[in-house]
Amino acid sequence: MKTPAEYYMRDRRLHPPAYAPGYKTSVARSPRQALISLENTVSEITGPRFGHSDIAEGDNDLLTNYAAAGESAIGERIILHGRVLDQEAKPVRNTLVEVWQANAGGRYRHKKDNYLAPMDPNFGGCGRILTDDDGYYFFRTVKPGAYPWPNQVNNWRPAHVHFSVFGSAFAQRLITQCYFEGDPLIPICPIVQTIPDQAAIDRLTARLDMNQTIPFDAIAYRFDIVLRGRRSTLFENRLEGN
Amino acid sequence: MRDPQNYLPETASQTAGPYVHIGLVPSDTGIKIYDHELGRDIAGPNAKGERIRVQGRLIDGNGAALKDGLIEVWQANAAGVYAHPESSGAVEEGFRGWGRVIADFDSGAWFFETVKPGAGPGRSGARQAPHISLWIVARGINIGLNTRLYFDDEGAANDADPVLGRIDPPHRRDTLIATRDDSGDTPVYRFDIRLQGDRETVFFDI
Ligand SMILES: [Fe+3]
Repeated sequence: MKTPAEYYMRDRRLHPPAYAPGYKTSVARSPRQALISLENTVSEITGPRFGHSDIAEGDNDLLTNYAAAGESAIGERIILHGRVLDQEAKPVRNTLVEVWQANAGGRYRHKKDNYLAPMDPNFGGCGRILTDDDGYYFFRTVKPGAYPWPNQVNNWRPAHVHFSVFGSAFAQRLITQCYFEGDPLIPICPIVQTIPDQAAIDRLTARLDMNQTIPFDAIAYRFDIVLRGRRSTLFENRLEGN
Repeated sequence: MRDPQNYLPETASQTAGPYVHIGLVPSDTGIKIYDHELGRDIAGPNAKGERIRVQGRLIDGNGAALKDGLIEVWQANAAGVYAHPESSGAVEEGFRGWGRVIADFDSGAWFFETVKPGAGPGRSGARQAPHISLWIVARGINIGLNTRLYFDDEGAANDADPVLGRIDPPHRRDTLIATRDDSGDTPVYRFDIRLQGDRETVFFDI
């Protein structure tokens, strides 16, 4: 039997730094001391687990999960789907994926969002699903609209869906955002541009997936997510005491 | 074993933004979709041990409390066991050890109720003092911040804790130690998290 071991060290060059002054809110909310490196203990290699009793069928259908009976959200109907993998390309099974997004006009159902675009009475803006044995997930939703935000006076967020993913361990916990291929706002968004690596930005961009597009129904976009991988053997330093 | 060049790169983090509540705690922003919202009950009804309340604020570099932050909690039960197959032992029925709380939209105060965790195994045979792992996201936080909460009434265990012992300079470890208040019915531990400044909380690269 393999001994549970550490997760691969996070490559911080692929992630935004805490302090990224182009994104003004990060200035006062970024730690200035160096992070203290912590070799994984049982506290980090474990994490919450979820089952099918935690969620309901239809939670992943944003077109209808908030809509009145027989109604549907307004906007460009899309399927947003993909796999959650680890760094060794192994599927991350039975893991919880949660999403939230603005409606097709770029407005969130949130008391602090006062953008002038209208609310859609049939759109809540959140969904969730557990990945299957292949690490696969899918959502049905509308393509979110771009929206303005207070940073510089004329900054607009590209269309995006926020993603929260758990993995198997607290060390794998990740929140990110998924963008859409071809959006001209991506390269000029100060939040996107907190990421220092262009290839890492490209990997956050969902691709048009004609093979999964449903004729006369919904356009598919593909977005795969990679969580930290894990050593399969502990070479030294027992992780747990006996 | 994969060729080192073939490892997939981890997906990059992005800020949770100001509307994280819609996705993770939708009913807190008035969206009733899910029958069962996750992370509301950390310990469950059957957990043994002392029932406690933990409360504090998330404070930015200007000394202001964040009113849009979200914290996830991960902890062992009173016997030091996690609800996970890689932790040795069983937990009480309904004990999850995981929860999520948000800062109050008006005051920025947050709190959660749970049981006090027990000491558990550390690396290389060491013991870890009782602690709760916390993960913090908010607008302006580009990648979730990991920290730990320890308890000020566990002085001997804290002194022997290998993680606290790594913190240099040593006085920074005090930023991870919650202060017990027994003046009410339920013991309260106060734990403010400072993102910057003289008493910046210790955050970990786990
Ligand atoms: Fe957003």
